[in-house]
Amino acid sequence: MGERESIVLRIAGDSGDGVQLMGSQFVASSAYAGSDFTTFQDFPAEIRAPLGSTFGVSAYQVNLGAGPITTSGDDPQVLVAFNPAALKVSRPLLAEGALIIINTNSFTRRNLAKAGFEKDPRETGELDGYRVLEVEISQRTLEAVADLDLTKTSAGRCKNFWALGLLLWMFDRELTPIEGYIAGKFKKNKLLVKANLAALRAGNAYAETAELSAPPQRVELQAADFAPGQYRGATGSEVLALGLAAAGELADRRLLFCSYPITPASSLLHHLVRLSQLGVGIFQAEDEIAAACAAIGASYGGAIGVTSSSGPGIALKTEAIGLAVSAEIPLVVINSQRGGPATGLPTKTEQSDLYQAVFGRNADTPVPVLAPASPSDCFEVAIEAVRVALRHMTPVIILTDGYLTNAAEPWALPDMGDYAPIECNQPPLLTAGADGESIAFQRDPVSFGRPWVVPGTPELMHRLGGLETNIETGHLSNNAENHQHMSQMRADKVASVAKFLAPQKVALGPDQGELGVVGWGSTYGPIYQAVRRLRDTGYPVSHVHIRQLNPFPENLESLLAGFDRLLIPEMNMGQLSTLIRARFGFEVVPLNNVTGQPFRVADLVDAIRAQLPQSSSEPDTPTPREASL
Amino acid sequence: MSAELTFKDFETSQEVRWCPGCGDYAILKSVQRTLAEVGAKPESTVFISGIGCSSRFPYYMNAYGFHTIHGRAPAVATGLKLANPGLDVWVVTGDGDGLSIGGNHMLHTLRRNVGLKVLLFNNEIYGLTKGQYSPTSRPGTRSPTTPLGSTDTPLSAGLFALGAGARFIARAVDTDKTRLEPVLKAVHAYNGTAFVELFQNCIVYNDQIFGSFTDKTKTVDGQLHVQHGAPLVFGEGGSKGLRFVQQRMQLEVVDTENHADEILQHDETSPVLAQLLLGMQTPEFPMALGVIHRRSEQSFEDKFYANHPTGLTRTARVQDVINSRNTWRVE
Repeated sequence: MGERESIVLRIAGDSGDGVQLMGSQFVASSAYAGSDFTTFQDFPAEIRAPLGSTFGVSAYQVNLGAGPITTSGDDPQVLVAFNPAALKVSRPLLAEGALIIINTNSFTRRNLAKAGFEKDPRETGELDGYRVLEVEISQRTLEAVADLDLTKTSAGRCKNFWALGLLLWMFDRELTPIEGYIAGKFKKNKLLVKANLAALRAGNAYAETAELSAPPQRVELQAADFAPGQYRGATGSEVLALGLAAAGELADRRLLFCSYPITPASSLLHHLVRLSQLGVGIFQAEDEIAAACAAIGASYGGAIGVTSSSGPGIALKTEAIGLAVSAEIPLVVINSQRGGPATGLPTKTEQSDLYQAVFGRNADTPVPVLAPASPSDCFEVAIEAVRVALRHMTPVIILTDGYLTNAAEPWALPDMGDYAPIECNQPPLLTAGADGESIAFQRDPVSFGRPWVVPGTPELMHRLGGLETNIETGHLSNNAENHQHMSQMRADKVASVAKFLAPQKVALGPDQGELGVVGWGSTYGPIYQAVRRLRDTGYPVSHVHIRQLNPFPENLESLLAGFDRLLIPEMNMGQLSTLIRARFGFEVVPLNNVTGQPFRVADLVDAIRAQLPQSSSEPDTPTPREASL
Repeated sequence: MSAELTFKDFETSQEVRWCPGCGDYAILKSVQRTLAEVGAKPESTVFISGIGCSSRFPYYMNAYGFHTIHGRAPAVATGLKLANPGLDVWVVTGDGDGLSIGGNHMLHTLRRNVGLKVLLFNNEIYGLTKGQYSPTSRPGTRSPTTPLGSTDTPLSAGLFALGAGARFIARAVDTDKTRLEPVLKAVHAYNGTAFVELFQNCIVYNDQIFGSFTDKTKTVDGQLHVQHGAPLVFGEGGSKGLRFVQQRMQLEVVDTENHADEILQHDETSPVLAQLLLGMQTPEFPMALGVIHRRSEQSFEDKFYANHPTGLTRTARVQDVINSRNTWRVE
């Protein structure tokens, strides 16, 4: 295969084949070797789908190389297929000439039938044009661990490490970090440590020594050009969890995370539960509504209340979010978006809850909305969300999605010294004879944030609630004029958030021109790559990526006005397009993808090029990214 | 404390806006008096309510107050209790708020034994929305939504609480302050979920619905005031009592004179006895009132802190945690 800048690898098999573990360990080894990477985990909806079925295929895809790598890649150039179903599902995705590594032991008549192959695809010619490496992975795994006293089932389970050993040889990676991982992972069972180590080493030795019809050639990837610093590989939900804990530290408050399990948001719960030493508490509530309400109660009591879900659960929390707006209580609401409507596609990614976040409440109930662009960006957004919630005393919604939650990339570790402390609005001192009851309603003239007066504070007892209150005293009020003032105050409060946040910048390209491609959230990676590729070949196009979706950055209108045309790719039916049209009156070109999969860079390149028919393409620095194997 | 508090210290400047003659007034006064008597501090006392007539309660208490959304007060209160277990948190709710729209939260609050003092104002009707039947309304209740009389089977608040695992269940009548206030003191002293069903008269939509045991002429024979360790007797001079009929596993009212040695003694720690007492209905039986069930058990928030590896305190720096795992350096 020779030296190349980047490569896309896909590992696919049954849910129980250990594909995700194998993928994540392959990535860990690549990170140590200096590659940039982005991963994509494609899970079936079933926990353990029937063995060998196409709908039960679990896949792990990684794009790695010199970078900047910002997507998990379009077309895999290497596929490891543990069974016929994995081949069936993955083959249409592959690049021309891709290398397919097949576990021949699973290519039985029964498995072929289950996968919907009438005949063995190795014999029909449908794999012509690919390079096929047939290996008896299952059998060789059993041989590698034959001396050990294992059941056949346990022995067979080591095949993911056998295959990993083979891959590590192909990519010239060190075994040492993976050996260390195995020793730790199975430390409670010495036999499994031995078995998995034996499988790993056997697969590695096999690749080096075997005489094969199509010997696996080594891939030499150029090292990525990282900025100096400390790195680790991390998924979006891992970084988001650490970002929330960091916000707790910066505000010097406890963080109470109140949630109810839902795919794909639960991983955040799983990460946060491991951060107790950072003053993080977890409350698994009886339902989504209780989770939101308990988070509100926690914030009312002086902790940072956070709740999290996916679209259907957020719908249930809606009334509670309105209460937090009315009572002016800080709250962070995280939505890991998935395909909808209703239960929809729980394990597939989508960005279709933007309307819900911005508009989805009864009455005029504005809420700030932020969206991280990448796993690393989750750290910044988590801190920013808490800062906004505490400054303005408001709920804040963070929109992430199934892809961002599970995707891993190298994370340049932040330096906590770079972050300013998060200020909590302190009540003013009570002067003699003053009315303690109304102190909690004396709002800051710029941010409209009220003092965070918590129960337990002497002299400042007051009542909060969902009924409209007098703008000055906080007492119940049905007065018509007062409601107008309060509604205006709530609108001004959310609008004022933009005053405190950074202006919108261009992610790539000049800040004006023929075409601006405008995105938000997890589409950052594919849009960035597509625009980069087109710019490399001389196309006049820029990429603008919006993190603050409500309110928009103050300069966004003037920035977007500098482009002749705006193309808005989104994993929904055109929600940001609607917002931009409504807010600024610009005509835009929507590009909508709701396949449950991230955008393919190649598709974006075509769509962008179609918006630039007149432009010449004088390639100045062509970047050959997709040379076939 | 510098000075003794009186019930006036728990009053607010807000005009109380319940209907004239509503049972809520009496309950409000009793709560204010009880808090003054037990020496509660207004700043450490929080009243959290949902939606309904009773849920206006926090506005009239000089304490911290949070009038939340329909049925969700126990959930908000649970979050508050986790953030600050030192507070005295009272939940004020009704039969619609606590047992219909908020039934799920009530169930889970009770099974967890969160340290909340739950006052459930049961008037067997939806008052604030103008008189529709509620989950505790008796069959045949005529209301705007059931003009021919309701057909639903009503829920018993006490049996629901017991089934949900409540460790403290008490009952009292709104205007009977001499018996209500000792119950409120017991509630205040209890560390887990203290569930109190208050029979509260809605003078507008369901007047005298509890008349079979609250009417002046009916209290003697219609009410049984339980006391832990004391015989379960009622009626003029304690002339009637309860005995257990083993063959039918039921209670029976007998005269105490002829059955002195069969009269049951109240054991508030027994869930079986609680079930029998809570299931009694007039006119066959008296209504059991007072602290019917009380068992001591660690509260949810105490367990939460005890099981949290650091007791919810920050013992490490974020920077150290971030840098601790599988990192590599690029020079």
